[in-house]
Amino acid sequence: MRYAAPATVEEAQALLADDTGAQVFAGATDLVPQMRAGRPAPSLLVDLKGIDRLTAVTHEDGRWTIGAATPTAELTRNEAFTAAFPGLSEGAGLIGSDQIQNRSSLGGNLANASPAADSVPALIANDGQAVIATADGTRTVPAAEVATGPGRTSLADGEFIVEFTFADPPAGTGDAYLRMIPRTEMDIAIVGAAVRVTVDGDAISDATVVLGAVAPTAVVVPDAAAALVGTSVADGALDDAAATALAEAAEAACDPIDDKRGTIAYRRRVAGVLARRAAAIAVERARNGA
Amino acid sequence: MSNDATRRSRTHVSCTVNGDQVDFLADDGTSLLDALRDELDLTGAKEGCGTGDCGACTILVDGRINCSCLMFAPEAEGCEIVTVEGIAEGDHLHPLQQTFLEGAALQCGVCTPGFLVSAKALLDENPDPTETEIRYALAGNLCRCTGYDKIVRSVQEAAVQLRGASR
Ligand SMILES: Cc1cc2nc3c(=O)[nH]c(=O)nc-3n(C[C@H](O)[C@H](O)[C@H](O)COP(=O)(O)OP(=O)(O)OC[C@H]3O[C@@H](n4cnc5c(N)ncnc54)[C@H](O)[C@@H]3O)c2cc1C
Ligand code: FES
Ligand code: FES
Repeated sequence: MRYAAPATVEEAQALLADDTGAQVFAGATDLVPQMRAGRPAPSLLVDLKGIDRLTAVTHEDGRWTIGAATPTAELTRNEAFTAAFPGLSEGAGLIGSDQIQNRSSLGGNLANASPAADSVPALIANDGQAVIATADGTRTVPAAEVATGPGRTSLADGEFIVEFTFADPPAGTGDAYLRMIPRTEMDIAIVGAAVRVTVDGDAISDATVVLGAVAPTAVVVPDAAAALVGTSVADGALDDAAATALAEAAEAACDPIDDKRGTIAYRRRVAGVLARRAAAIAVERARNGA
Repeated sequence: MSNDATRRSRTHVSCTVNGDQVDFLADDGTSLLDALRDELDLTGAKEGCGTGDCGACTILVDGRINCSCLMFAPEAEGCEIVTVEGIAEGDHLHPLQQTFLEGAALQCGVCTPGFLVSAKALLDENPDPTETEIRYALAGNLCRCTGYDKIVRSVQEAAVQLRGASR
């Protein structure tokens, strides 16, 4: 196994084109455990962290750009980013321990394609766009289109994610991410729920609800969002009927697995509860920010 | 494209370890943990799991805690590495090392180097952490022997001593 640390996107593209057995990595917090578990090692390890663009965090002209290999600790420590996307910062900040946080990246979390990846629901809820380096250029797709199933992505051989971009959230917007784990730290989500809402006057004018760990990929739940849009938050809180409809829609969207950490019925039930709680936090944030 | 580093499978790595400039050769796929232990004879960091779960291999890389079992040795190029061997001042144990000894914060000791490095990183950044902050900061370090309480108490005691010393 060889190691290379290209300094530019173009150099990385060339290395990947030369060697079909090459694999990119950022924190290797998924890669190393998988190799240890017996997954075949790549012939060439392409370390993306040496490329400035892959670890740059910028905010310009109403858009945030987050290098795909940026350690998630850099996002949770970034106050302006966290103020703009508190739910995404929360999700990213739940990945592993402090040791893991200093290595783990949004690109790796998404491309590893675990249904339980903690940053992914809020990445999607905030309409994150993935800029992907192709064989000879770049293409941009919604982050929601990258993972296609457990361990599977829409990335072609040799493609990698360069960065994620996000438009500044409209005024009166808040997001939140909650997950359920059997322990209090260092565990894999049984259910994750990200909700983003925009409040205009006394009513919710826009919403996105995304669930993690309850289907082969993170799922966007338009019915749950529709249950929120148009409802009043005049009392400072979510309308009861809207919250119930949201929870029911979230439960209905689940297609979970049964395993030792949670049964199907339990995951469904928790998905509804977490969606509701995350929505309440998002509303509170939207009103405070507005 | 000709990129020498990609043609060879042994890479020359140049970095600082515990303040000293060091150079070593390592197989590209070797973990930094193995390189520290086998090439540099720094056997403080331990391998408990090799998969990022236990923290026994914790080191500082440019001031931040990292699992050296998850790093490939060539990634250390140009970095400032600190291992548990680097936290004492000569013969003078770091207050954390002293309070761990006095507070019986270790039994078998396999986890201790990792706990010391994580705790030092915490106290360097936050000299007066709450118990909850300490427990979260040490969540990436597992101990099969002590039950954690004595570790947490020892970190609290070291924090008190360090604050006293800096006053
Ligand atoms: C102890 C421990 C605890 C963990 N806890 C959590 C948790 O609570 N929640 C959670 O979601 N995850 C958790 N993880 C998993 C892991 O840390 C995250 O998925 C992390 O975000 C992966 O990022 P990385 O940069 O380390 O990925 P890597 O391991 O570097 O890469 C992962 C995969 O993605 C590919 N890849 C990486 N970057 C790119 C890119 N830019 N473009 C295309 N492909 C790319 C790699 O080829 C590889 O297949 C944990 C891992 C460990 C070891
Ligand atoms: S040996 Fe590195 S975390 Fe366990
Ligand atoms: S003292 Fe034995 S693992 Fe901690």
